[in-house]
Amino acid sequence: MAPVPPRFKGKMMNARHLASVLATGLIVAGTSAAAQSSTDAATDNITAAYDEDGRYFTADDVPTFHVAEDGTVDWPTFSGFRRYHAECHVCHGPDGEGSTYAPALKKSAINMDYYDFVDVVTNGRQVVNAAEHQVMPTFGTNKNVMCYLDDIYVYLKARGADAIPRGRPAKKEAKSDAIQQAEDACMGS
Amino acid sequence: MRRTISLAALLAVTGAVSAGANSDLQSLIDDPNQWVIQTGDYANQRYSKLDQINKENVGDLQVAWTFSTGVLRGHEGSPLVIGDVMYVHTPFPNTVYALDLNDNGRIIWKYEPQQDANVIPVMCCDTVNRGVAYADGKIFLHQADTTVVALNAEDGSVVWSVKNGDPSKGETNTATVMPVKDKVLVGISGGEFGVRGSVTAYNISDGSMAWRAYSMGPDEEMLVDPEKTTVLGKPIGKDSSLSTWEGDQWQIGGGTTWGWYSYDPELNLVYYGTGNPSTWNPAQRPGDNRWSMTIMARDPDTGMAKWFYQMTPHDEWDYDGVNEMILTDQEVDGQMRKLLTHPDRNGFAYTLDRETGELLVAKKYDPAVNWATEVVMDPDSDQYGRPQVVAEFSTEQNGEDVNSTGICPAALGTKDQQPSAYSPKTETFYIPTNHVCMDYEPFRVSYTAGQPYVGATLAMYPAPDSHGGMGNFIAWDNIKGEIKWSIPEQFSVWSGALATAGDVVFYGTLEGYLKAVDAETGDELYRFKTPSGIIGNVMTYTHDDKQYVAVLSGVGGWAGIGLAAGLTNPNDGLGAVGGYASLSDYTALGGQLTVFKLPD
Repeated sequence: MAPVPPRFKGKMMNARHLASVLATGLIVAGTSAAAQSSTDAATDNITAAYDEDGRYFTADDVPTFHVAEDGTVDWPTFSGFRRYHAECHVCHGPDGEGSTYAPALKKSAINMDYYDFVDVVTNGRQVVNAAEHQVMPTFGTNKNVMCYLDDIYVYLKARGADAIPRGRPAKKEAKSDAIQQAEDACMGS
Repeated sequence: MRRTISLAALLAVTGAVSAGANSDLQSLIDDPNQWVIQTGDYANQRYSKLDQINKENVGDLQVAWTFSTGVLRGHEGSPLVIGDVMYVHTPFPNTVYALDLNDNGRIIWKYEPQQDANVIPVMCCDTVNRGVAYADGKIFLHQADTTVVALNAEDGSVVWSVKNGDPSKGETNTATVMPVKDKVLVGISGGEFGVRGSVTAYNISDGSMAWRAYSMGPDEEMLVDPEKTTVLGKPIGKDSSLSTWEGDQWQIGGGTTWGWYSYDPELNLVYYGTGNPSTWNPAQRPGDNRWSMTIMARDPDTGMAKWFYQMTPHDEWDYDGVNEMILTDQEVDGQMRKLLTHPDRNGFAYTLDRETGELLVAKKYDPAVNWATEVVMDPDSDQYGRPQVVAEFSTEQNGEDVNSTGICPAALGTKDQQPSAYSPKTETFYIPTNHVCMDYEPFRVSYTAGQPYVGATLAMYPAPDSHGGMGNFIAWDNIKGEIKWSIPEQFSVWSGALATAGDVVFYGTLEGYLKAVDAETGDELYRFKTPSGIIGNVMTYTHDDKQYVAVLSGVGGWAGIGLAAGLTNPNDGLGAVGGYASLSDYTALGGQLTVFKLPD
């Protein structure tokens, strides 16, 4: 197995880095190595342990959401709400609730390991047999998804954990400069 | 070797009879005992002259027989009946069955195309298919992957096959095709993937392409004549499309063509509508974005356009203009007129003179519609024919990254593709509608071939301050521009209606009910709960002198995606969240044909 690059694990894996990692084809190595560790610490996959430049992470350095006592959500959770309802909801239904066509992603974000989640969005997945035709496309080349993948992930995790209700989050933290810079670099503007 | 010979022989045979194809098909369509094309007739009236089942006895209706399609997905469209054979289609993988009505629906043949499963996720909003068509001894299937295949109606063998688009660029198909004379007219889907829409005519005899007309781009690719093609009575002029787009955006500009087409044999014109301009973020495509959102009238022989009318210039809400074009001959101000009536996604129902494209009526067919105050009807106004957009609900004027709230209708429109019916006896249109509003926030989006190209976030919810349901089934007067009566429904009505000479109107509901109502009053006369939600279209036919009514069940499509978990109104505050009905509380996936009859 190829060694996992040090910055791949944990908080440094924001969308920008993810894109560059994908470009070098290292995602597969990262996926299986990291899957192990988070299964052991499944209960810690929700709670934010620290934040950095407006993004929140668990003790295992996995991105997560943050909801303040007055209901204010972190910017990535709000951004994830927006991107989910542009890119994902036409198949997976509003608010991560699932549809007649595709599964409820609010559950996937809780049940799946972060790195598996990233892998499925990036590379797709097919379950095609006599009973069902489920095909998740590969979004690896789609900037509208990949530049906001962590945002979508934390939004769905917040939905799955019932930390935020259905609909548009009413209050949100401001977008940090670091997030803006990462977005501009990733989207190429 | 043997195969080659038989195919060649087949081609020779079909070639010989194709000269008479048009008159043959017309006489089959005129026979109410059969249901030969998806729309029932070329006028898209979805009206049957059969009256054995009528408003006096429809309450006694019972199930005659059922058939499982073997596919659990959204089932749109309807079966066909030609002679003693019923043809049933399915969503992806687009299986076609020929059932023997003389032998309890025994399967005569089954055709299942091999398609790359990667086409599934590039079909926005479920793998629906709106059915096969018949002409000239052939069953025409337009597959999800845009392969158009002509099958020998007798044995299901492939006569010819042609590829209309490229799914790796997001080009897919959900629509039926329309045979006209010696050609079959074919559309394309993929407005959410930056596909540039077109209609293509293939020769029925061998599948060779006769013409292709794009919805936008250079004049020669749109098949318009700058002097002879008209818009509201005036010549369209040179570069009418290119001048309304910034740069090359028109090349990924949408305007796809997945709705129901109609045809007037006397005027020799076909009619259809074009879909939304791409992307959903209006700031990325300044201009009127012609000819998206447009009713088009074309010569089916050459594809040349006779007239256009753009309903929603510079769309800001995803109000595709693809809904059915229903052709009627009615009296207007004491004069018989050849009319075209079109209940659009944008919430206005338009009545036009279908010979000239003159706009006669444009009125809201749901009182909730609020994004525009009116469509200007004064030919002397510089706003003639244009909707007057309300600033508060303009996602363009509010700008990128701003959430515009309370817009009615929602992106799925006051109605979507679910086709209406028209009864010449009551001179009334029966329209299945959505009663849903939305918040819409556009933002910057980048284009990648074959990837979704949307650029807006939507939240949808039942129309506020109304009955709380998400749909209505309405009776519409297309001359006065008025609703005659309206039946509130808990969910959007996503099933195609059928009107009959028995003074009954049929439609299906998302919970799975087939309903029959009085054509005059709307009073419910019958209901039966089928195994899954109905998004298919009701049809009728006669076999052995007995009238049958049939419909496909199988929840899905945009309705199944949007409504499965129910809708919530974010503007109602936390208390109301989850208060609305979830479709998943009423029905689950299915795929079944249910055929009804009166007791023996």
